[in-house]
Amino acid sequence: MQDAQAPACLPVPGLWSSESRDLILPNGGTPAGTSSPASSSSLLNRLQLDDDIDGETRDLFVTVDDPKKHVCTMETYITYRITTKSTRVEFDLPEYSVRRRYQDFDWLRNKLEESQPTHLIPPLPEKFVVKGVVDRFSEEFVETRRKALDKFLKRITDHPVLSFNEHFNVFLTAKDLNAYKKQGMALLTRVGESVKHVTGGYKLRSRPLEFAAIGDYLDTFALKLGTIDRIAQRIIKEEIEYLVELREYGPVYSTWSALEGELAEPLEGVSACIGNCSAALEELTDDMTEDFLPVLREYILYSDSMKSVLKKRDQVQAEYEAKLEAVALRKEDRPKVPADVEKCQDRMECFNADLKADMERWQNNKRQDFRQLLMGMADKNIQYYEKCLMAWESIIPLLQEKQEAK
Amino acid sequence: QRAGSEVEHPGLEPAPIWDGGTAGGSLTGYTTMTENNFLLKKIEISVSEAEKRTGRTAMNMQETYTAYLIETRSVEHADGQSVLTDALWRRYSEFELLRNYLLVYYPHVVVPPLPEKRAEFVWHKLSADNMDPDFVERRRIGLENFLLRVASHPVLCRDKIFYLFLTQEGNWKETVNETGFQLKADSRLKALNATFRVKNPDKRFTELKHYSDELQSVISHLLRVRARVADRLYGVYKVHGNYGRVFSEWSAIEKEMGDGLQSAGHHMDVYAASIDDILEDEEHYADQLKEYLFYAEALRAVCRKHELMQYDLEMAAQDLASKKQQCEELATGTVRTFSLKGMTTKLFGQETPEQREARIKVLEEQIKEGEQQLKSKNLEGREFVKNAWADIERFKEQKNRDLKEALISYAVMQISMCKKVGGWYLTLLPVCLDSCSCFSLLLGCIGICSHF
Repeated sequence: MQDAQAPACLPVPGLWSSESRDLILPNGGTPAGTSSPASSSSLLNRLQLDDDIDGETRDLFVTVDDPKKHVCTMETYITYRITTKSTRVEFDLPEYSVRRRYQDFDWLRNKLEESQPTHLIPPLPEKFVVKGVVDRFSEEFVETRRKALDKFLKRITDHPVLSFNEHFNVFLTAKDLNAYKKQGMALLTRVGESVKHVTGGYKLRSRPLEFAAIGDYLDTFALKLGTIDRIAQRIIKEEIEYLVELREYGPVYSTWSALEGELAEPLEGVSACIGNCSAALEELTDDMTEDFLPVLREYILYSDSMKSVLKKRDQVQAEYEAKLEAVALRKEDRPKVPADVEKCQDRMECFNADLKADMERWQNNKRQDFRQLLMGMADKNIQYYEKCLMAWESIIPLLQEKQEAK
Repeated sequence: QRAGSEVEHPGLEPAPIWDGGTAGGSLTGYTTMTENNFLLKKIEISVSEAEKRTGRTAMNMQETYTAYLIETRSVEHADGQSVLTDALWRRYSEFELLRNYLLVYYPHVVVPPLPEKRAEFVWHKLSADNMDPDFVERRRIGLENFLLRVASHPVLCRDKIFYLFLTQEGNWKETVNETGFQLKADSRLKALNATFRVKNPDKRFTELKHYSDELQSVISHLLRVRARVADRLYGVYKVHGNYGRVFSEWSAIEKEMGDGLQSAGHHMDVYAASIDDILEDEEHYADQLKEYLFYAEALRAVCRKHELMQYDLEMAAQDLASKKQQCEELATGTVRTFSLKGMTTKLFGQETPEQREARIKVLEEQIKEGEQQLKSKNLEGREFVKNAWADIERFKEQKNRDLKEALISYAVMQISMCKKVGGWYLTLLPVCLDSCSCFSLLLGCIGICSHF
């Protein structure tokens, strides 16, 4: 517990610590109140509602759902339905519904990166899952990807600049996106290229302190998150192995109960109880796989996006510095800075401002997401232990009654 | 056959503990064990300490062993206070000797088993070393349990050798050996090793033997799987410990999330460390199961002894029958079956009537003796079945009671574990929330607390 963090919460831990609660004794003790399972999820839901206050001011809602598999002669792919509701003037209709595939999302992201080079573009889920041979069309994979794509669009929707992007609008509304893609190809190839061909060899004189700090931060952040991701996967692996053993452990009690007379019922009870516990554990591992890992993944990918924006920023600064230096070398006596250098400086300053704002937004999101994540993790675990607790408590009377009847 | 009189120790004065009135060998008090705790009513027995020692074997080789301090206290004191009467050291091999002796002298009793000699069914983090302090401690408890089981057994508790085991430090081994149990044991062992087939097995004992086989296999399977479950659970908990460091390292680079992460990391450390205690508690449950694993063996031993007895009886009956037949053949002069004797008579001529008379007489004598023997064997067998079955009934009751209690304490253990760990996660919640919505959290937690 942290000192002044939550003073009002401090006296509570004593209440739920096991020491202060009566344990059920083997002889004659009464089982603790197995009454209403006051689930902690209700508490969590209430808290999550509190977080969502800014939802009222929103004027754009996008959801990704209903994945469908398409089998053609050339390829097999999944499309997702994207439903958009908006009151913004940029949208002609209040509601749109289109189907898009992963490629389209990828196109959108590239377009955003091109047209908004100074902004942090949210990451897309990986094209292919690296670990193991995953069936790309399995229900779990598609669902995980759907959630990630939904998150991707929601992040853009929440962004004050990106959500007004023209390509984003087209992506959400166009009946035939491919036609637009082709048409756009010819027109837009030049845009954004300017950033790319800038001198790669030029070394920055000095990166501003705050951006250097962000860079350092991202390195450590990605590293730590990577470690956490590995640990989480390892835990899930261990839990699955534990589950395998539990599934063998329970039935042994059943086998035993077949041998016994008086002990048959209690042994069967223990077997059922272990069965319930393993079912609860399976749920827990599923929840961890579905809720915990994707968030980690998203943030690991986020740190990559962030690094690439930082690099672009550095390039813009480099361009500016190179120009400035060239001017200084050639015309030392002339005090006036040429217009294109000035333009370059403006661009850099714009970039810095955009990036700072995005970074701040990202930090806020991250704080909220991880708070939710940790809370969710704690909550899921509490639910798991609650279920096990109830299972074990339910067999106590089974054992005791028999005892007393004797 | 008096249960108590099976043991005779010439030259030994009966100790005052022996209650002459009740030791009449009646087995009526079997049903309620506690009423029969003659010994435990008068003394308290405990194995209070274990000590590592180094000594020399008979071959003058150095050996290290563990000695256990047995303390007996008299509870029959005027002021109701128990007084230490004896305290002596025994080693595991002496416990083994005592048990072997009991096995031989009380064939109809399901003799309580000793704790395992070497740690079996252990999960890999647990030491399998005989000198490991945890193992020695668990064995100390097991040995104490063994002594209490014997002391509360209606028949075994009256045994003199057992009493001397508790009270006489020197010369005890010699006293045991004087009983000649080893000789009896050896001949039994030989008979047991020989292959024999009982013609008319007692169905009840056959079933019981089958049950003890099944029980043994199911418990050993259970113990094996439990050890694996423990291994995996250990893994799950310990890997959580890795979070501890990463969270705290991560917290160093975060401003607002720092405290929450730090705290979460700390919780993970505590969580990971808790598994050691959890599994240590579980080991006690495993020991309780192990006792019954070994009890299954003891149960089978009784069945085997019954089989042996039945075999003896059948052999004697067969012998008698063949002698009777021989006698009849001699008397009537007809040889019904082909035999060597028939051949020799044909080859070497008829024997004189006198010789035949003498042989018939000898045979008749043997038949008489055999009939007597058969009668006593029959009687002995019936007595054995009666006693053994009474003890088996007692054992079954004890088993049901013990295992139920073991299951309850196992469930209670799981419950308290769930409460403890679930409680930690509950304390983690407010930390994640920082200071926001503390009031609603407080309200919510009280609701959950009624559960934990």
